[in-house]
Amino acid sequence: MTDFLIYKILLVVGVFTITLVVAMYATYGERKVAAFLQDRIGPNRAGPFGILQPLADGLKFFMKEEIIPSVSNKFLFILGPSIAMITALMAGVLIPWGNTLIINGTAYSLQITDINIGILYVFGVVSIGVYGIMIGGWASNNKYSLLGAIRASAQMISYELAMGISIIALIMMTGTLSLGEIVNQQAGGDWNFWNVVYQPLGFLIFIVCAFAECNRAPFDLPECETELVGGYHTEYSSMKLGFYMFAEYINMFISSAVLSTLYFGGYNFPFMNDLGLSHNAITILGTVFLFAKIFFFIFFFMWVRWTLPRFRYDQLMNLGWRVLLPLSIANLLLTALVLLWIDK
Amino acid sequence: MTLYLFYFLSFLAILSALMVVFSKNPVHSVLYLIITFFCIFGHYLLMNAQFVAFVHIIVYAGAIMVLFLYVLMLLNLNSESEPHKNNTLKFVAVISACLLMVVLVAALRGTDDKMLQDTGSQIGYVRNLGKVMLTDFLLPFEITSILLLAAMVGAVMIGKKSSNTTTPQ
Amino acid sequence: MESLSHRSKVVSNKKMTFLERIYLPAVLSGIAITIKHLFRRKATVSYPEVKREFSKIWRGHHVLKRDDKGAERCTACGLCAVACPAEAITMTAAERKKGEENLYREEKYASTYEINMLRCIFCGLCEEACPKEAIFLTDRLVYTDFARDGFIYGKDKLVEKVDERIDVTVRQTPAVLEFKKHKQLSHNK
Repeated sequence: MTDFLIYKILLVVGVFTITLVVAMYATYGERKVAAFLQDRIGPNRAGPFGILQPLADGLKFFMKEEIIPSVSNKFLFILGPSIAMITALMAGVLIPWGNTLIINGTAYSLQITDINIGILYVFGVVSIGVYGIMIGGWASNNKYSLLGAIRASAQMISYELAMGISIIALIMMTGTLSLGEIVNQQAGGDWNFWNVVYQPLGFLIFIVCAFAECNRAPFDLPECETELVGGYHTEYSSMKLGFYMFAEYINMFISSAVLSTLYFGGYNFPFMNDLGLSHNAITILGTVFLFAKIFFFIFFFMWVRWTLPRFRYDQLMNLGWRVLLPLSIANLLLTALVLLWIDK
Repeated sequence: MTLYLFYFLSFLAILSALMVVFSKNPVHSVLYLIITFFCIFGHYLLMNAQFVAFVHIIVYAGAIMVLFLYVLMLLNLNSESEPHKNNTLKFVAVISACLLMVVLVAALRGTDDKMLQDTGSQIGYVRNLGKVMLTDFLLPFEITSILLLAAMVGAVMIGKKSSNTTTPQ
Repeated sequence: MESLSHRSKVVSNKKMTFLERIYLPAVLSGIAITIKHLFRRKATVSYPEVKREFSKIWRGHHVLKRDDKGAERCTACGLCAVACPAEAITMTAAERKKGEENLYREEKYASTYEINMLRCIFCGLCEEACPKEAIFLTDRLVYTDFARDGFIYGKDKLVEKVDERIDVTVRQTPAVLEFKKHKQLSHNK
């Protein structure tokens, strides 16, 4: 029992650290990718190739003067970024980071916990994340913040619908809500493909919604210099602003992880059973593959950000409600029909 | 342990529910209501009803309360613009609250003691819940969905621009 | 009305086709373009380590030349000030005293000579106008400053130091070279 507890604590600390480090280096990666896509070099002064840049940025965030508007509700003002950060970090608990490691005959899962409604948990956490933005925007007592917060939350709620329905189609296929089981179903070679092969439309809807949920370009409407100054974090400074920024990158990391788990086989990779390696070696290799997939999706997020211009707000809402939602419902019906037909 | 957790959650739920009623600022009321929802979420988890617990969070805390917050934030309610509440209205409100209380107490008194017993840890799982919904409780389930559909159609009707006043774009 | 330049285009407001409306082909071609740039040569020059090469005839910070013996060539004729389209040059003339022959080559010299670097457009007309081959533009940069006063360069910044001569042979314009051919006219005997 104590072994188990120590292992779980280690795992939690490990996932927490990895999430933070990845989010930290995602900021660096974002700047590097942006630079490369624009034929520039990017940050290269702090350390070799600028790899100490995130530390310098973090230090700068801590050293900045902290300003809390005198007319705002101080408690809620601090609560906003805290909720954003906490909810962003909470979702990592359910991602299966790897298969089991067998040490001394006991199997240790690399997933912190596998509750049987995994996806719903992720969804619940995401839907609470809206409060971080709304409370922060309202507590700032600034009309730009409020409008930015309302924009952000309207966007997130609208796209949650299409996202949810696209996932329901996937769940109908897999027959389980548990992320661990969904990954295990995609294991092995032969003719057992990853879910993306069976659900291409669902994947497309999911990834577009993931962009909107993370408030990333081309859907980065909440912050808009021309109309809304800084959006919901106009009044924020110092590390509270850092929390909002950081939460965005953590969300990006988590949604990349969820994407690779649901649609790209998680820690599975082709020919994993034909290599003749030991179970532990394959597990470790699988985790490496999972992270490769995650990093590809993070890169994809950045790649799209530095390619596409942003949508207008009415275009965003049109896309969400009049294109993606009907499409996802059609996808759901199609999946149901095919499943029924196969079942016969 | 579970018992203490239950008492703590119940205490917090009732306290925040009271704060919903007594806090002056409507936005604070909504935030207290969210805390209440989280306490109820905890109760569901204690009853091993994970599906209901998370759906509760997604639907109520994640969607409905956000829309409440929206409206309140946009209305910018404060003490000056507060509509005058007359005594008749207060009287009616108290009476209807009392009636609701009576109904709730009656409903709880009428339940069998067996219902409260633990009927296995699998009861709250999606699979079992889905089976029960689509077999034993099929009629209420379908009636609820029709009700929701009607509400949705009504919302679309209200939201639609009337064609004779504005020209279509 | 008929277009005179034939460069105007009729704006077409045609309805987008289905492929155009789903945006995906456009999005995909967009990300294909950006990914190509990932492997392009970078345009950035890492400045303090690598300096961007100047053109040979780069027109920068002016210099007032001295002759071989170290005397200032400028005779304060004012032709450069007249030629200057930006009116950046001012000067005051003074008469050479006895014993100053090794300082000033001509009998009249510029006691002050100022160029306002904020006005200067670095066109190089001053060096073309100069009959004494006294002023040249060099490949040195005009540095930034915090105040406007700092951009009015006097003789302290313009006249070359006796021990640090500045090579301006690349800047010798065709007019200068033509002038040099006639030895009898040259002041640099």
